[in-house]
Amino acid sequence: MAGIEPETGEGVEIELISGQRMREKTSMEKIRMILDDVRKGNIVILEEGLTPDEESKLIEVTMTEINPDDFSGIEIESFPQQAASEGGFLSRLFGGDQPSAKLTVIGPANQIHSLQKNDTLIRALISGK
Amino acid sequence: MGLLGSLRNSISRVANSLFEDNGEPKRIGIYGPPNAGKTTLANRIARDWTGDAIGPESRVPHETRRARRKEDVEIERNGQTVTIDIVDTPGVTTKVDYTEFLDHDLEKEEAVRRSREATEGVAEAMHWLREDVDGVIYVLDSADDPFTQVNTMLIGIIESRDLPVLIFANKIDLDEAQVSRIENAFPQHETVPLSALEGDNMDEVYDKIAAYFG
Repeated sequence: MAGIEPETGEGVEIELISGQRMREKTSMEKIRMILDDVRKGNIVILEEGLTPDEESKLIEVTMTEINPDDFSGIEIESFPQQAASEGGFLSRLFGGDQPSAKLTVIGPANQIHSLQKNDTLIRALISGK
Repeated sequence: MGLLGSLRNSISRVANSLFEDNGEPKRIGIYGPPNAGKTTLANRIARDWTGDAIGPESRVPHETRRARRKEDVEIERNGQTVTIDIVDTPGVTTKVDYTEFLDHDLEKEEAVRRSREATEGVAEAMHWLREDVDGVIYVLDSADDPFTQVNTMLIGIIESRDLPVLIFANKIDLDEAQVSRIENAFPQHETVPLSALEGDNMDEVYDKIAAYFG
C-alpha cells in the first residue's frame, strides 16, 4: 500500500482502509487494490464497503483471476446495509447506486477457515500464508 | 419495504411499461447460489410450456457453467398469455476450489477443467445481471441458511438496478425445509414456496411469474 512499506515475513497482514481513501479511487482501482492485497494473503477491511455495482464487478473480476495453483477466490462479509433512512430525502426516494457505509471484511478463501457474522460482530478464523 | 421504496418501485414499473415495452419478450434471469435447483426449475418451466428442457441437472455443484436462454416461453394464465425468455445462469459464488469436485469422484484434470469453466460461468452470470436481464427469479434452497453474504450481495445488486424480483423458496419437499427463514431474510420481496423437482405449488409459481413479468 502506498505510503507505508509492507512488512515481510510470516503472519497475516490486515489492512484497514478508510472511506476517504476509497472515495478517491475509481471502481476498478478499488477492485484492483482489494484483489492485489487479497492475493498477497492479506485481509482487507473497508470502512465503507462497496456499492452494489462494485460488488458485482468484484465477483466478476475475482472469477477471472481464480486459478487452481494459487488463488481460489475470496471470502467476504459485511454488516447489513444501513437503512435508507440514514441518507437524504433524495436518496431515500430514488435509491440508486449510492456508496453505503457498511464495514466489509475481504480475505483469501484458502486462508479464511470461517467467517461468521451477526448484527454487530464479524469473526474471522485465519490461517497463515 | 418502506413507503418511499414501494413508491419508487411502482414508478419504476410504470415507467418500464410505458417506455421500455418494445414487444419483445422480457428476459428473466434465474439466479441463486450453486445447487439451489435453478436448472431443475428452468427445466420444469420449459417442459411445462414448450416440451423441451434447458440443460442437464446434477447434484454436483456448478453443473451449469454457461448461461442458457430458452426463448419465447408462453405461459397461459387466466386466459392471458405471457411470453418470456428464461435465462438459466450458473450459481453465483465468490470462490471456486477445484478440490471440492474431487469429493464428487472427479479426476483432478476434470475437476480443474470444471472449476475453470465454473469461474467463467459465474463471471458471465454477473455480466448478464448488469446488462441483459429484465427481471430476476432468485432461487434458494429452503433447507439452507439464506443469510449468506452472496445472497445479500446479489439481492442488493438486483435492487440497485431496479429489476423486478421474485424469490422462490425451492425444495419444500425436503424435511429440513424452512420457508419462513427465507421470508424473514428478505421481507421486502415476495417469497413463493415450491418444489421444482416434485412440481409442488407450480400453479402459484406461474401466477406470480405472469403477474410480475407479464
